[in-house]
Amino acid sequence: MLDILIPILAGALAAATPLIFAGLGELVAERTGVINLGVEGMMLVGAVASFAAAAESGYGAAAGLPAGALAGAATAMIFAFFALSLAANQAACGLALTIFGVGLSAFIGQHYVSYSLPGLKPIAIPFLSDIPLVGPVLFQQDAVVYLALLTFAAVAWTLSKTRLGLLLKAVGESPEAAHAIGYPVIAIRYGAVAFGGALAGVAGAYLSTVYTPLWVQNMSAGRGWIAVALVVFATWKPARLLLGAYLFGAVTILQFHAQGLGIMVPIQFLAALPYIATIVVLVVISRDRRVLQNNLPASLGKPFLPWPS
Amino acid sequence: MHLLEPRPRPSRLMRWTAPLIAIVATLLAGSLLFWSLDKSPLASFQVFFIEPLTSRYGWSELLVKACPLILIAQGLAIGFKARIYNIGAEGQLIAGALAGGGVAIYMEGSDSAWVLPAMVLAGAIGGALWGALPAWLRTHFNAQETLTTLMLSYIAGFMLSYMVSGPWRDPEGMNFPQSIMFSDNALFPLLFEGLRVNSSVFMTAFAVLAFWLFNARSFMHFQLEVGGHAPAASRYAGFSSKQTVWFSLVMSGMTAGLAGVGEVAGPVGQLNLNISPGYGFAAIIVAYLGRLHALGIVLAGFLMALIYLGGEAAQVSLQMPFAITGIFQGMLLFFLLGSDVFIDNRLRRSA
Repeated sequence: MLDILIPILAGALAAATPLIFAGLGELVAERTGVINLGVEGMMLVGAVASFAAAAESGYGAAAGLPAGALAGAATAMIFAFFALSLAANQAACGLALTIFGVGLSAFIGQHYVSYSLPGLKPIAIPFLSDIPLVGPVLFQQDAVVYLALLTFAAVAWTLSKTRLGLLLKAVGESPEAAHAIGYPVIAIRYGAVAFGGALAGVAGAYLSTVYTPLWVQNMSAGRGWIAVALVVFATWKPARLLLGAYLFGAVTILQFHAQGLGIMVPIQFLAALPYIATIVVLVVISRDRRVLQNNLPASLGKPFLPWPS
Repeated sequence: MHLLEPRPRPSRLMRWTAPLIAIVATLLAGSLLFWSLDKSPLASFQVFFIEPLTSRYGWSELLVKACPLILIAQGLAIGFKARIYNIGAEGQLIAGALAGGGVAIYMEGSDSAWVLPAMVLAGAIGGALWGALPAWLRTHFNAQETLTTLMLSYIAGFMLSYMVSGPWRDPEGMNFPQSIMFSDNALFPLLFEGLRVNSSVFMTAFAVLAFWLFNARSFMHFQLEVGGHAPAASRYAGFSSKQTVWFSLVMSGMTAGLAGVGEVAGPVGQLNLNISPGYGFAAIIVAYLGRLHALGIVLAGFLMALIYLGGEAAQVSLQMPFAITGIFQGMLLFFLLGSDVFIDNRLRRSA
């Protein structure tokens, strides 16, 4: 039993990693009141940019991850200009960004369809990785899996314990009040959207340079949208997002081990499971309107322009 | 940072010129793109937007692509007016194609003239059911239709993949994931010899007329618009928001389902994994570009069809990937949303 459980749990951690990055980025943007539905597009642009950087430089994921972050943040700026500076409809701008990102990444990626990269070797943490079950699951992962956990800790700490976190949340709860006491609401939202884009880019970079080190058109396969749904499921709290991401990682990885577990259902059914699970968790969390309303950033999705009165 | 100030009243002129501004801006940005790839912008636009329209074949292809886009966008526009954001028309298209295609496969060998009508009916029901599911999730569980419709698109894709590589796979298809080719009575009759345009254009034409009448005459349409613009007033007047959700999603699902049948019983001629090049997503842009107006959508549908045709032409004569179509679609939607801001606002005159 252990020899099948370990790869499933270890695989779940890796499969959850892009969702953690993309979800945390979206969570921060949404806490400042901006809903960016372009995560899927930013992820794909990040994936192709990091693949290109990794392949051209020869440094692999070490060059790929920063390149993905930069590309994701740059793509997010297009969204920010239209949705924040021009105060256009956020949901529609996000959709435009996804359509644009899918196209742009496929366009750039045509050069790289037959390349493959070496990927990243898992790092076994001394002593800890020798613990039975826990060791191979938690302490023999690639570096990016650990980086995701660090990012989670940094975001959770910043949001709950720092002045910056307070400011971000204040802008999301009441942009008018934040503006009135002299904070640059639009600039802060720009920053949060750029951060969201960078993390979405890193999520994409993980997919194309580490998780499956090759470029395939549309390789994020809806993970960006699942990340958006996870933020709702998490009721905008980082810890719940982490939990949700691991849950989805497990559901995703199950399809590769179904045969070993003796589950005989068509592969397409197993592949559809994460998307079905997304609908289920949305239903479960949305059922009680109060849960959502008590946690929802009050200005989410509402454009803000400081009109001269 | 503060670029804008509100207009005293919304500009009617901007409402109708915004799409034109968006198109011009897209062409300008497109020129930059071509120029950065060392292609002459003018020559590229010639290939992209002019050459497809210089032959009878080109115009036929334009109709083949415009029809599904217009059909889907008509249905989506209903929901968008009421701020019901169905972004999963792609999945409803697949559901309709599966239902309609299933009829064709089970009635294979019959020479009945009723095969095609039965397919159309099945496609409408299939699409409507796939739209009804998120309506139920929204009205009973408060689950946002944006994410549920989109997730259901992916699920529909897996259903299609399962059916064409399993139960409905063509036994003589060399193991390709595709069904049998449909027989003649399961296909829309062609209108002209040697061209792909077929009688499904009448289905789209009928839908345009029906939605135009619906928009101009019906009380239901009034309820939708009030619900979208002033939800509080709508509740006060006793209009049911649940009814609006159901109506919008079922109608848009149905038109997308019909478009799905139009594809499998038309240019595709079978069930396979490539029944739609993203029509369900492009139709969202078509609906907005056409100002959610039945006739505006027709014009916007032709423009979007031209972008698809241009993408194909660019693939052949400029050796560019078809993905450039997606880049143009994304830019068009961005610029449209950006221009729309100037309906209610104007640039600040004094600093």
